[in-house]
Amino acid sequence: MMAFLKLLARNRLALGGLIVMGLVVVLALITPLLPLADPDVTNTAQRFKRPFSDGALLGTDHLGRDLLSRLLWGTRLSLAVGFAAAIIAATLGAAIGIIAGFYGGRTDNIIMRGVDMLMAFPYILLALAIVAALGPGLMNALIAVAAVNIPFFARNIRGITVGIAHKEFVDAARLSGMTDTRIILTEVLPNVIPVIVIAMSTTIGWMILETAGLSFLGLGSQPPQADLGSMLGEARSALITNPHTSVVPGAMILIIVMAINLLGDGVRDALDPRLKSGALSRPMPTTMVKRTGLPPEAKADTLLALRGLKTQFQVKDRIYKAVGGVDLQVNPGECLGVIGESGSGKSVTALSIMGLVASPPGVITGGAVHYKGEDLIGAPYEKLRSLRGDRIAYIFQDPLATLHPLYTVGEQLIEAVRAHHSIDRSKARAHAIDLLKSVRIPNAEVRIDSYPHEMSGGMRQRVGIAMALANEPEVIIADEPTTALDVTVQAQILSLLDDLRRQRGLAIIFITHDFGVVAQLCDRVAVMYAGRIVEEGPTQTVLNAPAHPYTSRLMACVPELGQGRRELAAIPGLPPVVDKLPEGCAFADRCHKATDACRQGNIELVRHGAENMVRCIAPETPAQEASQ
Amino acid sequence: MTTALKLTGLSKSFPVGKRLFGPPKALVRAVQPLSLAVEAGETLGIVGESGCGKSTLARMLVGLLPPSSGTIEINGEPLDNADPAFFGRKIQYVFQDPISSLNPRKTIRQIMDAPLKHLHNMPAATRADRIREIFSAVNLREEFLDRYPHEFSGGQAQRIGIARALAADARILILDEPVSALDVSVQAQVLNLLADLKERFGLTYLFISHDLAVVEAVSDRVAVLYFGSVVEVGPADEVFAHPKHPYTKLLADSAPVVGRPLTAPEGRETELPDPLNPPAGCAFRARCAFASDQCGSEAPRLEGQSDGVRVACYHPIAD
Repeated sequence: MMAFLKLLARNRLALGGLIVMGLVVVLALITPLLPLADPDVTNTAQRFKRPFSDGALLGTDHLGRDLLSRLLWGTRLSLAVGFAAAIIAATLGAAIGIIAGFYGGRTDNIIMRGVDMLMAFPYILLALAIVAALGPGLMNALIAVAAVNIPFFARNIRGITVGIAHKEFVDAARLSGMTDTRIILTEVLPNVIPVIVIAMSTTIGWMILETAGLSFLGLGSQPPQADLGSMLGEARSALITNPHTSVVPGAMILIIVMAINLLGDGVRDALDPRLKSGALSRPMPTTMVKRTGLPPEAKADTLLALRGLKTQFQVKDRIYKAVGGVDLQVNPGECLGVIGESGSGKSVTALSIMGLVASPPGVITGGAVHYKGEDLIGAPYEKLRSLRGDRIAYIFQDPLATLHPLYTVGEQLIEAVRAHHSIDRSKARAHAIDLLKSVRIPNAEVRIDSYPHEMSGGMRQRVGIAMALANEPEVIIADEPTTALDVTVQAQILSLLDDLRRQRGLAIIFITHDFGVVAQLCDRVAVMYAGRIVEEGPTQTVLNAPAHPYTSRLMACVPELGQGRRELAAIPGLPPVVDKLPEGCAFADRCHKATDACRQGNIELVRHGAENMVRCIAPETPAQEASQ
Repeated sequence: MTTALKLTGLSKSFPVGKRLFGPPKALVRAVQPLSLAVEAGETLGIVGESGCGKSTLARMLVGLLPPSSGTIEINGEPLDNADPAFFGRKIQYVFQDPISSLNPRKTIRQIMDAPLKHLHNMPAATRADRIREIFSAVNLREEFLDRYPHEFSGGQAQRIGIARALAADARILILDEPVSALDVSVQAQVLNLLADLKERFGLTYLFISHDLAVVEAVSDRVAVLYFGSVVEVGPADEVFAHPKHPYTKLLADSAPVVGRPLTAPEGRETELPDPLNPPAGCAFRARCAFASDQCGSEAPRLEGQSDGVRVACYHPIAD
């Protein structure tokens, strides 16, 4: 609740709306206690007194009634009717929407077609029809306004409910023996309430206007009772001669509706979960760079080299050190595997190379990425843009999320080529067909005009690879490209990548959590834990004789085909959270051979054997063995 | 040994292109008529790739989906009523995604309470004791009970999911990809916990996974599913060591294994058959190296081979 108010207060306009609305509501509430003239006593001798005259601060109307008193009593009534209509419409609309969305099928169809019919009438006509049938009166106007707004709520809530009704926790509740009614009340409703509140906060102003409209037409509150609409209606005949009688209620309606709408927008933004996660704030085109000290020097003769790369996420007062100083390098024709569990920083490392980490909250705080000796960290956006997808390309895990659903794969491939090379469309299309052939998509001439959803997961990932190859890059960064695929398809994709790098001399950085994949595809492997590399070396030596306890114990965890039924060697505990990393070795708390020395100071990545590096003071293997 | 769970001719079709009135435009067979038996105390692994019908099968077994045909028997009693509350006491389900199977707006205690309250009508005091007991069995601290699901890691949330299934006091658990959303180091913890619980409470597992190595590590017997049908079923070590159905062999050869060179074990463009337009005969025919005319005419039936393995293939691979 406090967090919600804080978020709301950050929005100045919403805060203003809240204050104004609060004042109006307080005034309406204390109206009976104020020393006001009776709003309904007529005194024609005193009619049309100007504002600020004696005894009538806002003047009087055509019957000599005190306008201030009528305004406050009228506001009180209008607010009450508006709120009541909103609550009735929200309750009934939400009930209808939840039932339709939860049961689905025919129930849903019948209810929603009924709602559609209700929406097909112009709202004012419908309200007039309801009032005509029930007779004029404030209560009937309230019913009419509520009824007119039910479809809005029903449709909104149904949409949300359909999503929730198919969630696994609803299935789990069924298996726990809950009845449908109970599931609706205890599982679905609590998840729908924020949406109801949002919908209410944005429509309540509208409902106050609609009630005023009906009263203005004489169908709402009946004389002598005042509400804002009827005050306007009565003032209509004196609009020119005595404008203050219209301006007073008009201004109040304006104030209320403005305040409610500003507040409603603020409430909506504050309750929207995407806002909290920062997804609605537009990220910058490149990751923010705040490096202290001089960036490391480039080493000669490497295609792509990371030196002490540090990337953090700065969220409020917490700093998540996602990447805490990573050194990696890759050369043409080489495949480097980066292996680690979720949260180890392997994906953030990959995205940092081209400045693709979303900022805010991501910040690169140190190190360098040298591409052919040139530092990419802090390079101007234009420079990065010309390299992205051209010299250094990415393949992501989920091709359905990375391909645009509304364009054919051909259009997207052509765009990828033409973003970097000015060639005409027919040539680009021919090139796109060649690309699809090169990733072995059968019938490429036809498939080029398919939409992503028309292809299977394996085919989409081939398109993803084709897109990465479009401009013949030198480096491909593949972030778990086969994790979402079936094993038989994975085998196809891996062999394709392997062929491509051998034929084209591609350098591949292959990020994965699967040792089997690394063993089959990669020449070298780097193992990451809590944002740092703990071991690096040729795949053979690392996998056959892992030097870091984490690597060896992680490998022991993985069941391997052909070993039969058995107990697995689990690593106890969980990886540390990267906003409070322990001193010394991050793995010490889970390590069976940790000593006090492991928990002190910075443990360096040191050479271990001829080609391997390890970040451990008590490696599993002696250095000589590793070098053999 | 008694049969804990017996499926006879169980199948599921989904209508495609629903109309408000009248029959749908087409039916998709997600699970072909299928018969299986699981012995009490056994772990039956079910392996298959996406779209093979393994999740549909699992959801039918716990009553979340009514079968289109066939029967389910638990301990010899037929379950003919598709009421999850009735099923819930006999057979429970552990979900693939541990976080989304917990209601984000309920505390863990409320979640744990539900099966005890609604399936067993337990009074509040007994419930608290029982929850404590179950929580210690799955190695979770009691202080977790008053927290909300988003505060937990995947591995912890999966333990909570398992605890909830245990609370229902069912003897049979359907584990639907219970570790595929978890990191490998946590995956091993959960698999070991499951093995331990099975021993302690005498449970029977149906372990569904796409990961052959995981299934091999936990199963007594394995059934391989392809396109909605069982193509091979038998003792786990036998099925994996000497696959007889060409599809089982393809699966086993595709799994990346440390120390085995990278090969694409089949043509690189093959895809699953179209469920709306299923092929005649054996569904695997188009991908199979041994396919003959006979395979195209009629789908092969599951037939007993040596060593208790049954295979649905006209040309099973000899050792």
